[in-house]
Amino acid sequence: MSLISAVDIGKTYQTHSLLGRGIRKQVLENISFAIKEGETVALLGRSGCGKSTLARLLVGLEQPSSGKVLYRGRSINALRRRETQGFRRNVQLVFQDSPGAVNGRFTVRAIICEPLRHLTALDQTGREARVREVLEMAELPANIADMLPSQVSGGQLQRVCLARALAVNPKLVILDEALSNLDTHLQASALALLAKLQRDNGTAYLFVTHDLRLARRFASRCLVMDEGRIVEELPTAALEDMRHPASRLLRDAVLPPMPAVRQLRGRASLPLE
Amino acid sequence: MIGETLSIENLSVATLVGSEPRMLVDGLSLTIRRGRISALVGASGSGKSMTCSAALGVLPPGVNLASGRVTVDGMAREAATLRGRHVATIMQNPRSAFNPVRTMRDHAVETLKALGRFGSDAADRIEVSMVAVGLDDVKHVLGLHAFEMSGGMLQRMMIALALLSEAPFLFADEPTTDLDLVVQLRVLELLDRLVEERNLGVLLVTHDMGVVARLADEVAVLDQGRVVEQAPVMDIFQAPRHHVTRMLVRAHLSLYGMELEA
Repeated sequence: MSLISAVDIGKTYQTHSLLGRGIRKQVLENISFAIKEGETVALLGRSGCGKSTLARLLVGLEQPSSGKVLYRGRSINALRRRETQGFRRNVQLVFQDSPGAVNGRFTVRAIICEPLRHLTALDQTGREARVREVLEMAELPANIADMLPSQVSGGQLQRVCLARALAVNPKLVILDEALSNLDTHLQASALALLAKLQRDNGTAYLFVTHDLRLARRFASRCLVMDEGRIVEELPTAALEDMRHPASRLLRDAVLPPMPAVRQLRGRASLPLE
Repeated sequence: MIGETLSIENLSVATLVGSEPRMLVDGLSLTIRRGRISALVGASGSGKSMTCSAALGVLPPGVNLASGRVTVDGMAREAATLRGRHVATIMQNPRSAFNPVRTMRDHAVETLKALGRFGSDAADRIEVSMVAVGLDDVKHVLGLHAFEMSGGMLQRMMIALALLSEAPFLFADEPTTDLDLVVQLRVLELLDRLVEERNLGVLLVTHDMGVVARLADEVAVLDQGRVVEQAPVMDIFQAPRHHVTRMLVRAHLSLYGMELEA
């Protein structure tokens, strides 16, 4: 059975106006897909194509205008109290904007403890031990636990958010451009950590990203979104065969791994001092 | 008088951590030539942006210039006379760089006035700059506010404002970091073209080695405020010497499933 699935989801936002009529904007249309346990799926798309909205719908932060989200085959709106707790624990979302995703008055310890208090049976000692454990996993120094978000760097705060999501041993982690702002070498080590958790615990991932390199390297399957619809779905191994113009645009935008010789010809290379 | 080379010489920036002084930039020297793009790369916190701010005399409070000067063709220049005259700047987050209650026209006029170039030909100058960056519908765009524009349009507008100054050098601090990849590619192509057409000398600050591979001619690698390696772009990718450079290139190539040779 799928861990989570979207069934014909649509979402419209309505602007309200005191004068005249508000404007309806359809941001998602006919979205259907499923993620199995232990699977890694990439959701690719440009800014504004609706991929973050979809991520928010999947975890129940917003309600779809039509269609539904199923968790282990049942609508997330029809779960019982206990099941809701299981859903919230097992499906974690990491946002792109880490300063906006934490309480600025909480220490890093309190930030990571929050889901542990609500979603696990750990006592204070157990929570403290888990915080140390996940900080180490995310390659963060232990003394960061006593700091406030304003006292740590952007890259560190992003890894705190990742640590918070992983602290409750989720079955699915949705990463909404959560690695995009990290330095490349930190991105590489974060990916290695996620891969290890997948091997050890069978964690599934949904990578929401505009970076095809990330998808190619990490996901087994890619969904391409454009203007609120899934326009193409294909296994990562077949990425070269992408047909839809939106997919090809994303593929062609990937920067070269190495400098081209052409560049040096264009502006003749001068010796450095 | 228009400069051909701009040199940052022995630049040091210090701050106090508690009562301990700490160097954020430490004895940095760098030369930028017209018609070429020099990249300044390094991990976050290595002092890249601080170098730009220090060279232009716009350091944040609590951070001091400990030493260093900037010369244009060998002549020392005060930071205040560099800004806008010798060096134009574009920044990372185009959305927060604009005044939200002002139109693009207000920004363009303000830029010209600040430089003492506001005259009867202002409208023409503005149009030429905007067309150069691909904002062809000049009248329409000039009437817009920042919130009515996409990130890519805003970054183009920022580059158009930089061109208005007719400064020979451009400092571009992570110019495409907040843009999606498709828009990023277009902005990089634009910068490449402007360097050719206008013979600009660019200091490109970035953490993305893909941007470096696409655009840079030479590269300086920064680690903890010091330049640890400086070389033409090919050498940086094919034969990096310093371990920090190797780490940056290796991590970059791993995104493509490639490995550093030797």
